[in-house]
Amino acid sequence: MLFASWAFLLFLAVLVPVYFLVPKRIQWTVLLAFNAVFVVYAGWIGAIFMAVTVATVYGATRLFDASFTRQKETLAAMKATHTKEERKRARLGFEKRRRLVLILTLLVNFGILFALKYGALIGRLSAGLFGVEPFGQNLALTMGISFYTFSTVGYLLDVYRESIPAERNPLKLALFTSFFPLLVQGPITRFETVGKALTEAHAFDGKRFLSASLRIAWGYWKKLIVADRLLVAVKALCARPNVYRGDFVLVEMLLYAACLYADFTGGIDITIGVGEMLGVTVEENFFRPYFSKSIAEYWRRWHITLGEWFKRYVYYPLSVSKPMRSLSKSTRRFGAGVSRRVPVYLATVLVWALTGIWHGSNLTFLVWGLLNGVVILLSEELKPLYARFHARFPRLTESAFYRGFTVIRTVLLLSSLRILDCYPTVGEAFSSFFSMFTTWNWGAVFRGGIQSLGLSYADYAIAFVGVIAMFTLSMVQRKGAIRTRILKRGTVFSVCALLVLIGTILIFGRYGFGFDASQFIYNRF
Amino acid sequence: MKRTSKTVIGVILACIVFVGALILVSRLLRPKYHDTLIEGHLAGEYYRETISHDVLFVGDCEVFSNFSPVTLFDEYGITSYIRGSAQQLVWQSYYLLEDALKTETPKVVVYNVLALKYGVPQSEAYNRITLDGMRWGSAKVGAIRASMTEDEDFMSYAFPLLRYHDRILSLTEEDWRYWLNDGAPVSFKGYLMRTEVRPATETPVPPVLKDKHLPKESMEWLSRMAALCEEKGIALVLIKSPSIEPYWYPEWDADVEAFAKSHGLRYDNMIAENGEIGIDMQTDTCDMGQHLNVYGAEKLSRWFGAVLKEEYGLTDHRGEAPYEADYAALSERYEQEKLRLRSEDN
Repeated sequence: MLFASWAFLLFLAVLVPVYFLVPKRIQWTVLLAFNAVFVVYAGWIGAIFMAVTVATVYGATRLFDASFTRQKETLAAMKATHTKEERKRARLGFEKRRRLVLILTLLVNFGILFALKYGALIGRLSAGLFGVEPFGQNLALTMGISFYTFSTVGYLLDVYRESIPAERNPLKLALFTSFFPLLVQGPITRFETVGKALTEAHAFDGKRFLSASLRIAWGYWKKLIVADRLLVAVKALCARPNVYRGDFVLVEMLLYAACLYADFTGGIDITIGVGEMLGVTVEENFFRPYFSKSIAEYWRRWHITLGEWFKRYVYYPLSVSKPMRSLSKSTRRFGAGVSRRVPVYLATVLVWALTGIWHGSNLTFLVWGLLNGVVILLSEELKPLYARFHARFPRLTESAFYRGFTVIRTVLLLSSLRILDCYPTVGEAFSSFFSMFTTWNWGAVFRGGIQSLGLSYADYAIAFVGVIAMFTLSMVQRKGAIRTRILKRGTVFSVCALLVLIGTILIFGRYGFGFDASQFIYNRF
Repeated sequence: MKRTSKTVIGVILACIVFVGALILVSRLLRPKYHDTLIEGHLAGEYYRETISHDVLFVGDCEVFSNFSPVTLFDEYGITSYIRGSAQQLVWQSYYLLEDALKTETPKVVVYNVLALKYGVPQSEAYNRITLDGMRWGSAKVGAIRASMTEDEDFMSYAFPLLRYHDRILSLTEEDWRYWLNDGAPVSFKGYLMRTEVRPATETPVPPVLKDKHLPKESMEWLSRMAALCEEKGIALVLIKSPSIEPYWYPEWDADVEAFAKSHGLRYDNMIAENGEIGIDMQTDTCDMGQHLNVYGAEKLSRWFGAVLKEEYGLTDHRGEAPYEADYAALSERYEQEKLRLRSEDN
């Protein structure tokens, strides 16, 4: 059941009244039942894998909890009778057992994710090397598995670190893991916020409902009017890399940038809107990313929850881990700068490699991730140079022109890296990218070229208007959320705004017979 | 309280304006089937009828192209209507018949069997041509449900805007002209006139059949049609009109023959009777044997009218006030159209 389907709208139309009509104390169980329907509707296999995740994470966190309690009791009892060394050994014993449980749970959950996500790739490699396919047949990727696995593992690690207590009710953990809007394309959420909010009682609030409806409608607007329209041209461009070279590649980069933004942010708007409708605040995943002045800043504003997850659970623990500290020490002889950089650089490269792998099993994703890391580290290295430039030309670097330049530069840079997302092989991606510098064919682009991509000029015009609307709204939002301002103008005005959004989607949206408007790009993760 | 009432009224008004605007836009965007793809206009024209009919033809293009109700009336006083459209599948014919029987009970229903070769939904475009013009009711709902191909959904039939919204980028003059009205009828009681002569120069070579028999699904729908007619006391006549393309296999013919025999129905394979009817595929077809032109349709109608009159004792309505007036206007338009088309052909 995907967002752009009648089944989803019907599901929501049934859920919302039922959710607010039942007694508040059973609201969360009703929501859990609806989640179960949603998950089973997507496939029994996926439901089983999700159940395994819930069972293992619940079991592990309960064991951690019990272990922490026993450890405290044991150490307290040992305080008078045992030496410090014996107490340390006892503590390490508890820690070791917890670590073992953690590793096993991580292996099971990442194992499922890995097998489902990379099963086809492993199968192909294995068949090529040994003539045997380990999984027999390719397993279909379960809906939202990357998102719920990361969210649930985040909770597991939080309990392991004693940041939060373990949830005693397995059904509440199941509710957090299976919360249906998050399964479509995230974001990756935290148990201490979303998990708790899901189990709280929520009363119906008309204003909140209207606000949520506006956000959902805006999400569909971006998805159906802009993203699905541009995706036709992007797909056509990527399908024939030998034909569409040179300036066509630049067109593709820019169209894909707009398309992916509209698609991903549109989906997240729907997710957050659905959560808001039910009274559950879901973390924001974007903060006007295309206004970033560097790639590092862009990654703090795009898919924020994934970046946060890697930072919290991989980057920080890794950069202060024992092996990293030892490595840092052993490189001191090369200078303090090197010694300081080694753990940071290694952790950065690893995080970006993992980010790439998270996005897909294709080698292009790994290279894309690593290149992002390299660009960020290079920017870091060039910081002193930038600082000197800023000091030398303060009026220039503080001007709106320069700010605009850095924004455009960032968009072009990230779009260049994203080319790897579009082509099936790294070779084709690089070849297409470099053709921009060797083949000048703007004439071909505008003399029928862009019309051969499955879109009419009218389609481009609509998409262009859509992009302008998104851009304008992003600009306006700098002074505060646009929905708040709409709602301030009264219910009738807000309803009119909502109806205008719905009307334009119905007329100008790309959906219906002959269109595959159902799939979100990030739904494949 | 006063403020709340004002808000409620405001919201209701906004919703009414929204729905009204959507209805207007939906009407603008739906295909008009008036100047182009005119077969799509046929299903809806039936509801403009003010008289009842003794004979109802149902079926695909082989009825709306090959029979002339005007000739049937002029020659025998038989009142008739053709509820046919392009590639009209047997279940669509069933539901169009069911729909018609809600308002009238003819003495004879004539079904052309060519579409029996299709046992499953075929094409969204043809579905739309047949179903868009149908009046809403249980028959239309049934027809839609039975006809939808895998990629279609019921909602887009219920709300045509969901299907035709992308036409906003390709509106034509026809769309604006027939935005708020359906325009004049394009048919003559369901008959689409063509006057061109394109002789059948080659004998059709039939492709090899994988399955020699007509699909059981379509035969089941035919059974339902027979049961419906029996229930209403209507004589069902099965025909295979004399078009020689697409090829009508002897095996299919045997299936229909057996069905007719087992249900006590009349079945006429008119291909075999072309000589007797006087159809000449050098002069009476507009597209090399697929459909008859007006000359062929009139010949066929004269021959079949005699059969209907003799076999079913149909009343001669010539001279009866409501029918005479209705057909007089129609005949005049019919002759004018014939002249217009002839001059276009020349």
